[in-house]
Amino acid sequence: MTSYIIRRLGQFVLVFFAATLMIYAMVFAIPGDPIRALAGDKPMPDSLRQTLTQQFHLDEPFLVQYWYYITGVIQGDLGTSFNNREVTEIISERFPRTLRLAIYAFIIEVIIGVSAGIWAGIRKDKFFDSLVKVSTVAVISVPIFVLGFMAQLIIGVRLGWLPVTAGNPPSLYGYLLPAIVLASVSLAYVARLTRSSLVENLRSDYVRTAKSKGLTQRRVIGVHTFRNSLIPVVTFLAIDLGALMGGAIVTETIFNIPGIGRAVYEAVLAQEGNVVVGIVTVLVIIYAVANLVVDVMYAVLDPRIRYD
Amino acid sequence: MTKVTPLDTAYDPHRPETAVLLEVRDLEVEFRMRSGTVKASNMVSYHVDKGETLAIVGESGSGKTVSAQAIMGIIDSPPGFVTGGEILFRGKDILQMEEKERREIRGDRISMIFQDALTALNPVFSVGWQIAEMFRKHRGMSKSDGYKRAIELMDLVKIPSASERVNAYPHEFSGGMRQRVMIAMALALDPDVLIADEPTTALDVTVQAQIMELLAELQQQTGMGLILITHDLGVVAEVADRVSVMYAAEVVENADIEELFVRPYHPYTEGLMRSLVRPDHKGGRLSPIKGSPPDLLAIPSGCPFHPRCDYAQDICRTDDPPLRVIEEGRTSACHFAEVFSDE
Repeated sequence: MTSYIIRRLGQFVLVFFAATLMIYAMVFAIPGDPIRALAGDKPMPDSLRQTLTQQFHLDEPFLVQYWYYITGVIQGDLGTSFNNREVTEIISERFPRTLRLAIYAFIIEVIIGVSAGIWAGIRKDKFFDSLVKVSTVAVISVPIFVLGFMAQLIIGVRLGWLPVTAGNPPSLYGYLLPAIVLASVSLAYVARLTRSSLVENLRSDYVRTAKSKGLTQRRVIGVHTFRNSLIPVVTFLAIDLGALMGGAIVTETIFNIPGIGRAVYEAVLAQEGNVVVGIVTVLVIIYAVANLVVDVMYAVLDPRIRYD
Repeated sequence: MTKVTPLDTAYDPHRPETAVLLEVRDLEVEFRMRSGTVKASNMVSYHVDKGETLAIVGESGSGKTVSAQAIMGIIDSPPGFVTGGEILFRGKDILQMEEKERREIRGDRISMIFQDALTALNPVFSVGWQIAEMFRKHRGMSKSDGYKRAIELMDLVKIPSASERVNAYPHEFSGGMRQRVMIAMALALDPDVLIADEPTTALDVTVQAQIMELLAELQQQTGMGLILITHDLGVVAEVADRVSVMYAAEVVENADIEELFVRPYHPYTEGLMRSLVRPDHKGGRLSPIKGSPPDLLAIPSGCPFHPRCDYAQDICRTDDPPLRVIEEGRTSACHFAEVFSDE
């Protein structure tokens, strides 16, 4: 197992270089001059423009630019934005907000999604099961920005139950509505996945064996069925934790949370290559770690899987 | 072979003085599905005594397994429902018992092993854990005592180096060894009755023989009653004391093993015997029963076997023959039981 984890960490290096190179290339390919965009409508002296262009190596070929960037990264320097802010500073300012939002959403997703799925699975074809099936399809099929605005309108404005925006600085209470909206789609998936996995396992031979051992219904479901049923759910959840952070852009925009999603969006518009690559690389690493955690969890949950 | 077990007379004063170990009486089981209601067990009766082996024989879909599942109380419900009959264990109808009381019998006094031990064992728990669970949940033993007993049982069913393999998982065993684990689990609490549902069907022929041998040996040691559900008359001939033949959810013939092979009283039984592969038929053609078993949703009128029967007459198409006594210890559900078997 340890050697497997070490090997997987080795793969991270490859993923890191591939991801940074690709993102850097994509930002490079955006047409237009970022320095000119920086000045907006105001005229910019040619000398200043040249200085800035040279400072950010914008006149060099792509691979040379990437080389400057990546050697910096290896020394722990993610570079600066065009207005001379350290990218590390941007990340450390913005990232905790997104992390909080994602973790709240994740908690909501796990608690409500898994329990709804379990209850629906046990009471298959009863009212609650149908309710879960219908409501999850509804949530999955509505785009998240529609959900977000509807939640703001109904829960925030009409009913006044929760704040419409997260506030500044964002409070735990303020995070609640955006976290629910961010969690909703994943929650629906988790509920459906848990339900179908449980239903499938309840039909399995080993559950029949567990019954024939004279175990209580509670033990048959709680011990013999759950662990098997949760294997696919845990996979989804771990990967989704990464997706929640990267996918919070729309939610952060709607609820006015200056998190990492917003930062990426702004940086792309401003062609801030360093910022985009820095943030996305952090997200890629989170994703890769989540994947590794999933694989390790697999082996813990399912003894048939062994990594040597 | 009709040993009599004394009854707990405090339970029901109207019970007969004596009773067999386990008796199924007129059991009716229905499966209510969208496509219609299937009667998977139609007035099925059989019994098994201490130390005795009853074989229930029939083709796939003949309802062999359903009555066993009814005994264990593990019919999937819905769609399955027990709609009639009695299952008497030591004279008490377990169908009338509270769930708690049934659960104490299930796995403890009556246990069951299944066809495919790979899917029947839980893949995520070690075999030792799964065997020890019997002791922990039925006997309140500690985890470590349960494991000790699990090792003893694995020794009993002849799993090599049991103390090392107790923590292994089902997928780390061969098919035969897995079935041994299953047997160890079923025999953990020294049950009075063991139901073996096609225990060797998923195994190699050589392993099949070993497993049947093991079951016979364990039965000798423990004196349990064994209900062996199978479609393999060859296995039946070797281990069974009595045979109940099932066709289309009904029992069509009951007989002691020696008598059955000498003279079957039902054309279906005769057909099953003819379709056996035998060494003295070498080079000859196999003679399977023509046609295929009926769909339980559309059981033929009259005798359900008549479309496949060589001896069918008009009456067979209209009247379903009841199970009747042909001679001492022999029953058959054939209008012409005596006649055809003379031919």
